[in-house]
Amino acid sequence: MPKTDTKQDQAKLSELKEFIAKCKEKPNPQSYLIAVLHKAQELYEYLPRDIMDMVAEQMNVPTAHIWGVATFYHYFNLTPPGKYTIQVCLGTACYVKGAGQIMEAIQDELSIETGGVTDDGLFSLQGARCLGACGLAPIIMVNDKIHGDLTPEKVRKVLKDYRKAEKSKAS
Amino acid sequence: MGKEYVVTLCEGPSCIHKGSRRLRQLLEKKLEKHGIAGKVRTFLSGCLGMCAKGPIMVINPGYVIYGGVTVDDVDEIVEQHLIKDNPVARLTVKESHLYNRFFRVFGDAKFFGKQMRIALRNCGIIDPESIEDYLSLRGYEALAKVLTDMTPEDVIEELKKSGLRGRGGAGFPTGLKWQFTRAAESDEKYVICNADEGDPGAFMDRSAIEGDPHTVIEGMAIGAYAIGANKGYMYIRAEYPLAIERIQKAIDDAKKHGILGDNILGSDFSFDVEIKLGAGAFVCGEETALIHSIEGYRGMPRPRPPYPSVKGLFDKPTLINNVETWANIPVVIIDGGDWFSKVGVGKSNGTKVFAVAGRIVNTGLVEVPMGTTLREIIYDICGGIPGNKKFKAVQTGGPSGGCLPEDFLDTSIDYESLAEVGSIMGSGGMIVIDEDSCMVQMAEFFLEFTQSESCGKCTPCREGTKRMLEILTRISKGKGQDGDIEKLERLGHMIQKASLCGLGQSAPNPVLSTLKNFRDEYKEHIYNSKCRAGQCKAMLSYLITDNCIGCGACLRACPVDAITGNKKEKHLINQDICIKCGKCYEVCKFDAVAKS
Repeated sequence: MPKTDTKQDQAKLSELKEFIAKCKEKPNPQSYLIAVLHKAQELYEYLPRDIMDMVAEQMNVPTAHIWGVATFYHYFNLTPPGKYTIQVCLGTACYVKGAGQIMEAIQDELSIETGGVTDDGLFSLQGARCLGACGLAPIIMVNDKIHGDLTPEKVRKVLKDYRKAEKSKAS
Repeated sequence: MGKEYVVTLCEGPSCIHKGSRRLRQLLEKKLEKHGIAGKVRTFLSGCLGMCAKGPIMVINPGYVIYGGVTVDDVDEIVEQHLIKDNPVARLTVKESHLYNRFFRVFGDAKFFGKQMRIALRNCGIIDPESIEDYLSLRGYEALAKVLTDMTPEDVIEELKKSGLRGRGGAGFPTGLKWQFTRAAESDEKYVICNADEGDPGAFMDRSAIEGDPHTVIEGMAIGAYAIGANKGYMYIRAEYPLAIERIQKAIDDAKKHGILGDNILGSDFSFDVEIKLGAGAFVCGEETALIHSIEGYRGMPRPRPPYPSVKGLFDKPTLINNVETWANIPVVIIDGGDWFSKVGVGKSNGTKVFAVAGRIVNTGLVEVPMGTTLREIIYDICGGIPGNKKFKAVQTGGPSGGCLPEDFLDTSIDYESLAEVGSIMGSGGMIVIDEDSCMVQMAEFFLEFTQSESCGKCTPCREGTKRMLEILTRISKGKGQDGDIEKLERLGHMIQKASLCGLGQSAPNPVLSTLKNFRDEYKEHIYNSKCRAGQCKAMLSYLITDNCIGCGACLRACPVDAITGNKKEKHLINQDICIKCGKCYEVCKFDAVAKS
């Protein structure tokens, strides 16, 4: 069962349920499954197992089917992401301009592999297909912010700056 | 204060990053301060395409283009240009050539000289969030004309006359597709706009939607009228939040104006568009996979026939076209199929939008008439290769296309010519590669992409691409074997013939085309352990040159203690220990670490 301990949990859950109820009123309700999963991820930042069970129940489809859909599409996270999600663009333009070295520098700096989360839960690292800002290649996106024209050295500094900002916030 | 100026700021991703939104805020504050806020209109437009020169500001009347504008320039622009009517010469985008028919609209910039804008005709000119702006440039006139003066058959006839072909890459004649879907009998039909732009390095559809969303909607409405549908879906990548926001606003505005909804413009035609978000699966660009995804399933393709025009979404006849194709429709209707068919060359009519990126001076978006050569795009429009590097190849068609070397630069851009030389038109990605890139790695990169995006349904694609990738990785790691080239070719041809959908059928293209055009590089990798671009790490060694002053930075950075040397003396790398991580190269401030 999804958590309903706090008011926040309850609000999230009822928002999702309302969304599902609205989708069910439209023709071909099952076709809204991906939209529902988008909504769930927007609320929870990833797709927890208990939420998938809940969606299955509400939409009257097996959890196995939902699992199949959720694992098929890259956009859905099945584990909680870090506070800052780093997406390294691996599109062709970035690749030609050295995205591989940028990726290696980040992996080295954070000591995690692609798809991993740092121990302190601050950063998670993903490779992204083209982010569409080829004019600034190579780029990374940290949450919604784009950092462009990078070199391995510059990207290390970007990460350090996030760490520093986080530390000064904490103290 | 004489004229009533309109100031446009480009809001493409590159210009946003360089501060176009902040510029607008500041500009509005200054206008307020000078008391002319009511007389000057400012807005953010879609991508103008000159990404390398951003942030771009266009001031009308006068068609003045400013590039690289900073916050410090705003005062001068307001005081000199907007108040004293005296354009700031030092900020204008300067070019020596002045010969283009778009001078009137786009100003004196060589970048636009050989371009011809049909699909992107409003991008960068109108405020994409304003339906009034679109209406003022003959927006929805084509839809009105169709609804009042033309039967669905007339529309299809006009389209066939135009010779417009699918801009998603395959180039199927659009008129025929519409005719088949019209002919299919059913109580319900659908139209779909494919905006699942998945090719890495391509941003045409995103720019078209962000810059002029209404033209896509108008195209879809005309299509729906022609085939007899009342419902449309816009399938768009979830990774494009601004495009989603813009298209949603455009749909809402159109509904408010009676352009979408029931009884459009007083006719008995009703049509509505709904947005469906993708979730990051490249294969969903394939039409049958896309349909499965809209239906809420895993996006896997199915065998054709039956084609979607007979049995598509929810098993009903469905018309699927790509964003750029839809954007061309209103022009075909207003200017006529005859006019449209005169643009272009051979069997390829009209224009094509390309997103040019990679090792190129003017990264950006261009739209050229079919028949323009690759050389014209790369050198005349986009300014060639930066840093005096040598051109090596141009890659068209993304992971489904091929790499063409210098000998093919004079190839005309049209469906047939590109196919003839072993590449494809594709959806419009164009990546320029210089001598610093290794072609084996390029092929490996594209295959890694298609291999991981393969949906896994059919064996040739799922297993075949995996095996090809293993061989390529082996070669780039310096462990290539005699016979690998032949194996790659055999596997490649087999996958092309036996795969279920376009993804598999075209996945070997980057490998096969590089094998054809850059075979020597493969051989060097396999037989001489040599990578002429110096990119394949296994074949690389790092050396310290005489530039070394003995600062010790590399020595401290080396994770395996392969570097030795006394302070203020030249250091040395022990090649037996070195793991080629490149740290020393990264930290050296004196260019004393060389790759060889």
